[in-house]
Amino acid sequence: MSLQQFISKAVSPWLKEEAEDSDIVLSSRIRLARNFKEYPFPIVADSDKLKKVLEVFEDHFENQSIGKDAKLELIRMTDLEPIEKRVLVEKHLISPQLTEHNDAGAALISQNEQVSIMLNEEDHIRIQLYYPGLQLENALDYASKIDDWLEEKINYAFDRDRGYLTSCPTNVGTGMRASVMMHLPALVITQQINRMIPAINQLGLVVRGIYGEGSEALGNLFQISNQITLGKSEEDIVEDLKSVVKQLIEQERYARRRLMSNSSIQLEDKVFRSYGILSNSRIIESKEAANCLSDVRLGIDLGLIQNISKTILNELTILTQPGFLQQYAKKPLKAEERDVRRAALIRERLHLEKM
Amino acid sequence: MECQECQKRPATVHFSQVVNGEKSEVHLCEYCAQEKGYMDQYNQNFSFQDLLSGLFNFDSGTSFKESQSSSYQRQNALQCDKCGMTYEEFKSLGKFGCEHCYETFDQHLNPIFRRVHSGNTTHNGKIPKRVGGNLHLKRNLQQYRLELQKLVEKEQFEEAAKMRDQIRELEKQLSEDKGGDA
Repeated sequence: MSLQQFISKAVSPWLKEEAEDSDIVLSSRIRLARNFKEYPFPIVADSDKLKKVLEVFEDHFENQSIGKDAKLELIRMTDLEPIEKRVLVEKHLISPQLTEHNDAGAALISQNEQVSIMLNEEDHIRIQLYYPGLQLENALDYASKIDDWLEEKINYAFDRDRGYLTSCPTNVGTGMRASVMMHLPALVITQQINRMIPAINQLGLVVRGIYGEGSEALGNLFQISNQITLGKSEEDIVEDLKSVVKQLIEQERYARRRLMSNSSIQLEDKVFRSYGILSNSRIIESKEAANCLSDVRLGIDLGLIQNISKTILNELTILTQPGFLQQYAKKPLKAEERDVRRAALIRERLHLEKM
Repeated sequence: MECQECQKRPATVHFSQVVNGEKSEVHLCEYCAQEKGYMDQYNQNFSFQDLLSGLFNFDSGTSFKESQSSSYQRQNALQCDKCGMTYEEFKSLGKFGCEHCYETFDQHLNPIFRRVHSGNTTHNGKIPKRVGGNLHLKRNLQQYRLELQKLVEKEQFEEAAKMRDQIRELEKQLSEDKGGDA
């Protein structure tokens, strides 16, 4: 398979669309946690009960369509090779937790990979969907439609006082986690982000690195999401998150302008050095790759680098993950082998741009 | 970075100490930190799960005396009759076993939710269409009544009259629903 074909399969179609503020906000995500009233939660349920959950989805939702381009395919974890699972995790379509332990884990994934409904993870049902750029309202709207559609056939565990009942007390109420992935290089360079994160935390929002809880911000990518799920409506949660994100966008734009006017040659140097490393290195670790990709993306946004598509950051961030490298190589790779493959893949990808 | 104390193991405990206004950075390995009494046993491998169950323990008796009383024992014998999870297990796992656990452990949940959700204990969001039943109507009714009050305070009587009609309409719907149930 050529690299071009591989990329087109590796990058989810929704991620290629341009959207509002997509120079800074890479994606918006909504996740809803739901459970069946009839069955114990996956943490205690025996596999017979969990298979019943799966059966409901096989009977009513497998291969059904939700709007155009959105036919749902049911993928059972027991049918996947370890590398295939890893690839789905790296595409953020399933969580690492789903790939562990149970034999009733599955995911309903839409053709365009915008919607993924995980089954028998921490909760029976986890609806999650993505939009490019800052589109939290659209994402909430769509998620809610899917939720209504599922509810036609499923008796949800719901309590009038506590709301949607979830396995973890941190999700009860709306069961909703709204999050956005942001690229904030200028706020990192000017060290403003360190002051901002504590302030954001005080507003009931959480800031994390790209790979979830506890991970450091690799390649200046930050995930910002709501902490509170009980007592506020879905719309209010999304509104609060959005207003903070809007401010961060403003601050990031302002910091970029300041950098351009005060230290443009230093910035240009940083960007082109990173471009040089990516185009020429023969061995590159994921951390270095992530940082260089961030610089190059910044260079593209600021017009310093032309003729390279903006989606390159999103694409290569995913493609240079261990799972994808191994899938492309069609065999398991040791860490050192991966660093060589990663460098080769990035060089090849940049070469495609020149043609 | 090496531990300042043993200079063998990597330093994993970092903090600044202020003694008589003099600030100094301290970098120790976990072992030495414990030896020197900077850390107690309980803090080992402190995870999110511990954090949660820590929150839960808060609520189980605020004083030592109380924790030895019989009410404490009764509380710990609480067990969900649907999934079999005990309150003790719930506290250590930090997870509910099934929807019925919420009812079983109800008396202990408010303090936990308040801590996790910034003081909130009741849901104020979406209501499922089918399972939610007439909860939608009830919530609308509440909303309308609040608005009616506001309108009256502002002396916008024409608007208020419209609102009152809407409230009556809703009340009628609700009483019809009840009739249907019976």
